[in-house]
Amino acid sequence: MERFLAQNWTVIQPALFLVFTGLIVLLVDLWLKEEEREWLAYFSLVGFGGAGVIVVRQWLAVRGLETPITGFGGMMVLDTLGLLFQMLFFLVGFLAVLLAPGYLTRRRLQRGEFYALLLFSTAGMSLLAGAQDLIMLFLGIEVLSIPLYILAGFARPRLDSEEASLKYFLLGAFATGFLLYGTALLYGATGTTAFEALRASEAAAAPRENVMFMAGIALLLVGLGFKISMAPFHQWTPDVYEGAPTPVTAFMVAATKAGGMVALIRLLYWGLGPADDVWRPLLGVLAAVTMTWGNVGALLQRNVKRMLAYSSIAHAGYLLIGVLSGGVGFVAVLVYLLIYALTNLGAFGVILLLEDGEREALDIESYRGLARFHPGAALLMSVFLLSLAGFPPTAGFFGKFLLFTAGISAGLTWLVVVAVLNSVLSVFYYARVIVKMYMQEPVETPAFSRSWLVAGALAVAAVGVVLLGLYPTVVVRLITA
Amino acid sequence: MIVPVSYYLVLGAILFSIGVTGVLLRRNAIMVFMSIELMLNAVNLSFVAMSRALDSLDGQVFVFFVMTVAAAEVAVGLALIVAIFRSLGSADVDDAHVLKG
Amino acid sequence: METLLWALLLVPLAGAVVNVLLGRRLPRQVAGWLASGAVALAFLIGVMATLRLLALPAEERAYVTPTLYTWALAGRFEVPVSLLFDQLAAVMVLVVTGVGFLIHVYSVGYMAHEPADYDFRRYFVYLNLFVFSMLLLVLGSNFVLLYAGWELVGLCSYLLISFWYTEPQNAAAGRKAFVVNRVGDFAFALGIFLIWSAFGSVVYADVFEAVGGVAPATLTAITLLLFVGCTGKSAQLPLYVWLPDAMAGPTPVSALIHAATMVTAGVYLIARASALFAAATSTSAIVAWVGVLTALFAATIAIVQVDIKRVLAYSTISQLGYMFLGVGVGAYTAAIFHLVTHAFFKALLFLGAGSVMHAVEHGAHHAGEHVDPQDMRQMGGLWERARWTGITFLVGAAALAGLPLTSGFFSKDEILAGAFLEGHVLLYGVGLLTAFLTATYSFRQFFLVFAGEPRSEAARHAAESPRVMLVPLAVLAVLALGAGLVLGWPPEHGIIHTWLEPAFAVAREGTKAEGGAGLSPMTLLLISSVVALAGAGLAYGAYVRKAVDPAALSVRFRPLYVLLWNRYYVDELYALLFVRPFFGLARFLADVVDKLVIDGAVNGVATVTAGAHALARRLQAGYVRVYALSMVLGALLVLGYLVYWGR
Repeated sequence: MERFLAQNWTVIQPALFLVFTGLIVLLVDLWLKEEEREWLAYFSLVGFGGAGVIVVRQWLAVRGLETPITGFGGMMVLDTLGLLFQMLFFLVGFLAVLLAPGYLTRRRLQRGEFYALLLFSTAGMSLLAGAQDLIMLFLGIEVLSIPLYILAGFARPRLDSEEASLKYFLLGAFATGFLLYGTALLYGATGTTAFEALRASEAAAAPRENVMFMAGIALLLVGLGFKISMAPFHQWTPDVYEGAPTPVTAFMVAATKAGGMVALIRLLYWGLGPADDVWRPLLGVLAAVTMTWGNVGALLQRNVKRMLAYSSIAHAGYLLIGVLSGGVGFVAVLVYLLIYALTNLGAFGVILLLEDGEREALDIESYRGLARFHPGAALLMSVFLLSLAGFPPTAGFFGKFLLFTAGISAGLTWLVVVAVLNSVLSVFYYARVIVKMYMQEPVETPAFSRSWLVAGALAVAAVGVVLLGLYPTVVVRLITA
Repeated sequence: MIVPVSYYLVLGAILFSIGVTGVLLRRNAIMVFMSIELMLNAVNLSFVAMSRALDSLDGQVFVFFVMTVAAAEVAVGLALIVAIFRSLGSADVDDAHVLKG
Repeated sequence: METLLWALLLVPLAGAVVNVLLGRRLPRQVAGWLASGAVALAFLIGVMATLRLLALPAEERAYVTPTLYTWALAGRFEVPVSLLFDQLAAVMVLVVTGVGFLIHVYSVGYMAHEPADYDFRRYFVYLNLFVFSMLLLVLGSNFVLLYAGWELVGLCSYLLISFWYTEPQNAAAGRKAFVVNRVGDFAFALGIFLIWSAFGSVVYADVFEAVGGVAPATLTAITLLLFVGCTGKSAQLPLYVWLPDAMAGPTPVSALIHAATMVTAGVYLIARASALFAAATSTSAIVAWVGVLTALFAATIAIVQVDIKRVLAYSTISQLGYMFLGVGVGAYTAAIFHLVTHAFFKALLFLGAGSVMHAVEHGAHHAGEHVDPQDMRQMGGLWERARWTGITFLVGAAALAGLPLTSGFFSKDEILAGAFLEGHVLLYGVGLLTAFLTATYSFRQFFLVFAGEPRSEAARHAAESPRVMLVPLAVLAVLALGAGLVLGWPPEHGIIHTWLEPAFAVAREGTKAEGGAGLSPMTLLLISSVVALAGAGLAYGAYVRKAVDPAALSVRFRPLYVLLWNRYYVDELYALLFVRPFFGLARFLADVVDKLVIDGAVNGVATVTAGAHALARRLQAGYVRVYALSMVLGALLVLGYLVYWGR
């Protein structure tokens, strides 16, 4: 019994830590006055930090092991890939919490649930990172999503926020239906829900002989495709990202995608590895469509949040290249997600600086002449946008380089060609904002509110983006070690 | 008389399709949501039927998880619909289209 | 040496950083001189490094700094961050920093009238940043560093073209440059990926060593992709369209970036990768032909332009075409030689044009008349009014035309001789025809601006530019006049040849086929002289003589009329037999091909993309049920593919 507990607790320890922190936040919230609630932010920082310490320690312990530790009868695994993804989630959560308090206070939204829900959602991702069973996959996705449905509508009674929330919820639940039906079909075809057994099953060895198995794969891909906003299941993304409160959008852009990607990697390689000739060509085409659709949609958007939402769709397409490349591709995906998360959190951080409770710098016109008023903010925004565009020597360039070289070495040359063309296209809309900031006369004084927390998050993001661009080797070494 | 398992599976597929159709055709948010619930229950039916046919318990375990999660979704979903009904004055999903483009 | 090279790279960057941080507290002149000083220092360091290189034996003149750190390491992929300093890099460094310094100094005078201190500082920050990026491009020891520099110079160019962004057309020009260059960069990036997958490395030394072990088809693909990148950056057919518009930027910027340095990056790239290009013979042929056709095409357009900077822009495109002809036929040294002399005389011409514009603007201000300071039809007679500008401009025009003994003469002839001696007679012929046109348009420009009577009040009141602008002009004039003789005499055995030949030794192996049809280099030199003089003579006949108004004269001096008429008869004959049809063709190329076909293609791509964007937005209608429908359709497609078609 003791051994059972020890092993199983370890596997979900970070998730548990987050959930308990969240529960305490909810509880303490009851005794706090509105102006004291900012303390909950600091408390949840401790939650993310603590969970981070746990995974780092686990990572140090697990690194040398030949066979990874498993728990709950093989439903969860404790391996380096999952732990690294968890580190990423907790970093994103930490930075997202830094971005939030000022915004929430100014908008009179300072409620404890916010932080608790953020913690719960991250716990869901943490479960996904180690999922080795379809049940775990489903649970992780739901624990990740349900808090986000609420968070998207957190700016209630603002109509756009509520609408975002409703759309996200209805479409998300709809996608869950497909995901579950796919799961059921896979179960019917193989008689198991465990990835290991799935991989060893007869159906996986000869997938084309088994209609039920093929249909199961198809519906699972639909459900997961929704989560990573893969075309044509991506249409919720722009609406939800635009309507949700900005700190929530920042969190979703940076973290949900990573959660979806790790789920996809686990399912495809751990569960459906032998059937890869079935899903590989399909996902390749969908990746190309996704990145193109995202970039084309972002092209002339006037709302910066919406533009970044479309750009996140495009980035999902790039990331799929890494997923499809396998092996080195996972490293590329992980590094790219880290860079992408830092860059986006940075960009949203700048947006949050340019907000004063009433006005928010969402319209692209409000960036006109920003360089004159706030040269620092304009410079940071330019760095982040250039990184998103993949401009050397920022981190974004390095990330794309990793992804694309992984794609080339996996024989996906055509997809890389499409991706490079797409990044050419994307430069256009990122540069548009820079042009507004540096090359146009201002029309009005931009809104601005100083915040040390946001400044801290921005500093982390900026240092990360520059450092990872100039000297990425450290991170790559750590990951591949 | 023993009903063959394939009958259950076909029924599940039909129910699932009815659910999908409902999502596409109904305009009231509650009805859309009920259609989604129908989809989930179609899945549950298939799970149980397969579990029986395969003589394995995993499917039934899965059904419990689905029911739990669906309950959580109902709680969140109904709250959201109530909230939007208050500010919009309608529960028609077609009325919520501020965000577009 | 290591410290020296890193210092060389970082000094201009430091200049930019200091100006950003302290600029607000410094008087504007100090900011300008600070930036110039940084580039001057870089030049001095470059000279020191070159001297150290000189001390080594000829075969060992390639210094690679120890790797500062390794950038990117996933799987087998590694990019060492280190610098390579060899003969080729030394030449480029000296040109970039030397010409760059002169242009910085000139800018201090040219930008003095900029009303806002903020803009003045911004200008010098961009300029320093550009020099840094260009040095990175030139000094990097591998393709990835080169690419980083390549992108950064593009960014700086973009910022500087749109420098006066309040004019919407300038902003549009900047955007055009950016977008067109992206197309080229896209191919370039793919080329690098391909290099990596074929060679397993992106470091020059590794790649060039392993050329023999790679399939010819792969080599062709790699070199073609790299060359497409070059056509963007170096403004060759069909991606040259951005360069004429890029003249919207301040004139010193046109001189530095769009004439002397950045646009030659493509030539540098091919010269650097000469081992690859020499092995891919079909690509080399394409390079040569694209180069020579661009040269001809742009020269014909240049003849009918009336904007002083546009003539120079097209002539830059044309001269870059020559350089590509050079690298295409394997005359790498000649191409780099021409790159150097072109940097001198084209920078000189651009700065001269800036000085002319400065003078005319001054006159327009004085006369209270509104005149486009770039319209050559409004000029004339400036020789009397801006003598120093005139003399230096004449030197530049002569060098561009390739009049004997000027710098352009030696380098251009060497490229043509290279083509001829390698047996490419047709290339040689087209090149020669272009040389004739070059001489014609360059002297047409000189005569239109400086000769005859002023054609506007502004030109009548024009005044000479300040000394800070004239000194760089004088220095460049000396270089444009003498560099050819000093560096390139005797042909094939001048300083520049002995210096550069070892750098291209690998590429030149076995290509030296003396297939010339019995003409010695000296004969070719003679032919070139004759052609250049004939072109200049044609311009003289067509533009100086025509400056006399026949209608007025015929009334006043009736007895002289017949005589004059006979003289004109020659001109009319020219006009009828040669000039007119030819001008018709040139107009056709300029108005139809350039504006409609090529611009149209660029705009067409933009229109299609914008249409796709509109469609994507239409699909994103805001209705949940529409989104659900698209999910269902997507699901059906995926299901159909996997269950039905996929099996």
